[in-house]
Amino acid sequence: MKLTEEEKQIAVETSRKVSELFDPGKGNLIPILQRVQGELGYVPPEAMEVVAGYLDLPPVEVYGVVTFYNQFRTTPPGKHQVKVCMGTACHVKGGHIILDSWERRLGIKVGETTEDREYSLERVACVGCCTLAPVTLYDEEVIPKITPTKVDGLLFSHQLADKQQKEGNAGEK
Amino acid sequence: MENLIDKCCDKCTHAPATPCKDYIKCRKEGPICHQDETCKQKRQDFLAAINLSEGSANLQVLICAGTGCASSGSGKLVKKLEDELAANGLADQVQIKITGCHGFCEQGPLMIVEPRKTFYTRVEEEDVAEIVSSDLVKGEVVERLLFKDPNTGEAAKTYETVPFYARQKRLVLHNCGHINPEALSDYIVKDGYAGFSRALFELTPDQVVDEVKTSGLRGRGGGGFPTGMKWGFVRQAQGDKKYVVCNADEGDPGAFMDRSVLEGDPHAVLEGMMTCGYAVGADEGYIYVRAEYPLAIQRLKIAIAQAEECGIIGDNIMNSGFNFHLKIKAGAGAFVCGEETALLTSIEGNRGMPRVRPPFPANSGLWAKPTCLNNVETFANVPQILRNGGSWYASMGTEKSKGTKIFALTGKVNNTGLVEVPMGISMREIIFDIGGGIQGGKKFKAVQIGGPSGGCLPDELLDRPVDYDSLISVGAMMGSGGLVVMDETTCMVDVARFFLTFTQSESCGKCTPCREGTTRMLEILTRICNGEGKMEDIDTLERLGRVVKNTALCGLGQTCPNPILSTLRYFKDEYIAHIQDKHCPAGNCAALLTFRIDPEKCKGCGKCLKSCPAGAITGEKKMPHVIDVAKCIKCGSCLMGCKFEAIQKV
Ligand SMILES: Cc1cc2nc3c(=O)[nH]c(=O)nc-3n(C[C@H](O)[C@H](O)[C@H](O)COP(=O)(O)O)c2cc1C
Ligand code: SF4
Ligand code: SF4
Ligand code: SF4
Ligand code: FES
Ligand code: FES
Repeated sequence: MKLTEEEKQIAVETSRKVSELFDPGKGNLIPILQRVQGELGYVPPEAMEVVAGYLDLPPVEVYGVVTFYNQFRTTPPGKHQVKVCMGTACHVKGGHIILDSWERRLGIKVGETTEDREYSLERVACVGCCTLAPVTLYDEEVIPKITPTKVDGLLFSHQLADKQQKEGNAGEK
Repeated sequence: MENLIDKCCDKCTHAPATPCKDYIKCRKEGPICHQDETCKQKRQDFLAAINLSEGSANLQVLICAGTGCASSGSGKLVKKLEDELAANGLADQVQIKITGCHGFCEQGPLMIVEPRKTFYTRVEEEDVAEIVSSDLVKGEVVERLLFKDPNTGEAAKTYETVPFYARQKRLVLHNCGHINPEALSDYIVKDGYAGFSRALFELTPDQVVDEVKTSGLRGRGGGGFPTGMKWGFVRQAQGDKKYVVCNADEGDPGAFMDRSVLEGDPHAVLEGMMTCGYAVGADEGYIYVRAEYPLAIQRLKIAIAQAEECGIIGDNIMNSGFNFHLKIKAGAGAFVCGEETALLTSIEGNRGMPRVRPPFPANSGLWAKPTCLNNVETFANVPQILRNGGSWYASMGTEKSKGTKIFALTGKVNNTGLVEVPMGISMREIIFDIGGGIQGGKKFKAVQIGGPSGGCLPDELLDRPVDYDSLISVGAMMGSGGLVVMDETTCMVDVARFFLTFTQSESCGKCTPCREGTTRMLEILTRICNGEGKMEDIDTLERLGRVVKNTALCGLGQTCPNPILSTLRYFKDEYIAHIQDKHCPAGNCAALLTFRIDPEKCKGCGKCLKSCPAGAITGEKKMPHVIDVAKCIKCGSCLMGCKFEAIQKV
């Protein structure tokens, strides 16, 4: 996925602003990256370079940290992020079937973003709601006891809501 | 005075800058520094309002706002209840209290009416009006919302009689679900910070260490190392600066007790950490929380801010001369960072790879300073030990494992949730008495304990007492305390493969046995699940497992073969069935299955036809449907959807 010049620009500016909120100590590397990802949704190489410069570290070290932790992504996420729980309880209750359903419905594999950047699909290891297994996180919302039909329903209702919102906005203009 | 934590009048001089040593005691028994009946009365009124006595005309409605209940919609209940109370003129008489997790999320959203202890389950927005008009106005319990025993159908009138709770011993969890985790006053009413005050003003640091040693408390993070001994090491370690670190990384994918404690009773963890700081001589603490727990992080932030405001955290705490400051670090999603040295490396801003021990963190931990690192549940035990004494604590449990342990009971069991029981109870009691047995009347097969580092226990081992040492002796491990119950439809080879998939992707790659070993073992397990295994694979797995166990650098590698070795030990026949008969006895491994519809049971509702992504199902309405085996991709969607259990895997 190629970033536009504008996206690169935003990444550089955001990461500069975020960095300056912290003291330039190595212990702040992960908190800075987390904040950058919080604002941008991802940490592209351009941002890593800025953060590296601020903390006076070789960029490769920042890259090493970003790629080590599951939380960080280096490409833009979709507008909506779907995270399927693949923890033990969810696995025993058929989590892989749910992941298959999402992959099929969204037409992407886990770790990918749809062409239109509407959805990205990830796996997580337990969100602490094991008694409600299987679980999917839709953006920040926990969807308990999900089934393949619920996947369809959820997508449908969210797409409908998004569409209505767009039309509503268009109407205002 | 608007809150219990405030000063009663201007005679009270307590503030973080001018601290008073009786601050905590004074909130409940005060005023202490001056005699004033009105001040005393004000305090007593606040206490009475928080702690309703039986038969009180005032009521409290507790609404669970833990992650689980919030996901089933508890947020909407609060607003609705406020409206209904106002409409019925009850707003002054009934107080709404938001609580953390009760550990019974499966039945959520939960609502409790105090002081009557009425326990409502699966409360929906539409039910609120009835709860108000019947229960709160007329005192008539809404029967249909009570918890019903899945086996006997009997309704439980109070939470104390719900079988799930009745047999537990909730010590660490005693506040969870019963106090407002965002209100320091609630915690103080339940004797919060009393243990810490005792430590500060009545005991020397060495005596605190001794008290914890006497209690027999062992680390709840998995290893079971004696906590008092660890504190003693850090106390003796030389250093101008020391740290206390709380491990809230809770990486076992199937355990959530730390989440619930942090969400439901965050001050207990802070109190435990500060007591530790005083004992070992540390003035700074870090809580490393996994990023997947946003609510826990938020609750901790609130708790720390409140404690700072009241001078419970800060410099010269309550005029004792003891300073303590706390910071939160959000993890970034790496299981290995739950390992203590990796966690410390991660706080320092590096890739979270384990270090070689020794030196142990007690001597050279965070930024090479002596560091005392304990798990959330371990710290949450400390306030009560200091309050009630080490020997009180040591009176519970078995000879070598004292106190209680929280388990996260999940999987194919009727009542899933958090279960706190005395050490030494049998697994059978946990699964069948508290857990209410297996879902859908199916047959129990095994319980997996300890997550990716643990093992499986078959039926014949269920009567053994559960403690650290007895579990190790049967090839399992206490681990974090995740209990996943499996029935006859769970495939044990697949379970082993599941855990290896996890450890293989989480292996940090620093040492070869773990990095290469997990990859090879996963390959073999995958092959077996796909029906392509060879008999010699079993020997290879056993040998490889032993090598990795003995040679890996950190606990991740050293324990990752356990799920394989223990399933091989108790369920070897399932491995053999996959290899020799190309058959998965549990009907789980997709490659070895075909899906078919039983024409006798099929009602022709057409639901499966719609849900099939491969267009493999055909049939007329009201006529038995059929699956085209050639087209079927074995996704299982149809099976999950059929209400008539007409679809079978053979
Ligand atoms: C791979 C691995 C993961 C671990 N994950 C955790 C964890 O999530 N939480 C935890 O408290 N301890 C975890 N531990 C154990 C810690 O290394 C450490 O022993 C523990 O936090 C010490 O605290 P305690 O003495 O209070 O148990 C893990 C260990 C290993 C090897
Ligand atoms: S055992 Fe595994 S996780 Fe531990 S240091 Fe070695 S490679 Fe890393
Ligand atoms: S869902 Fe079940 S009952 Fe309905 S058509 Fe399919 S197999 Fe038959
Ligand atoms: S298992 Fe999946 S692909 Fe096969 S028939 Fe059922 S729904 Fe269709
Ligand atoms: S295993 Fe999915 S929420 Fe815990
Ligand atoms: S979140 Fe409500 S009981 Fe667990």
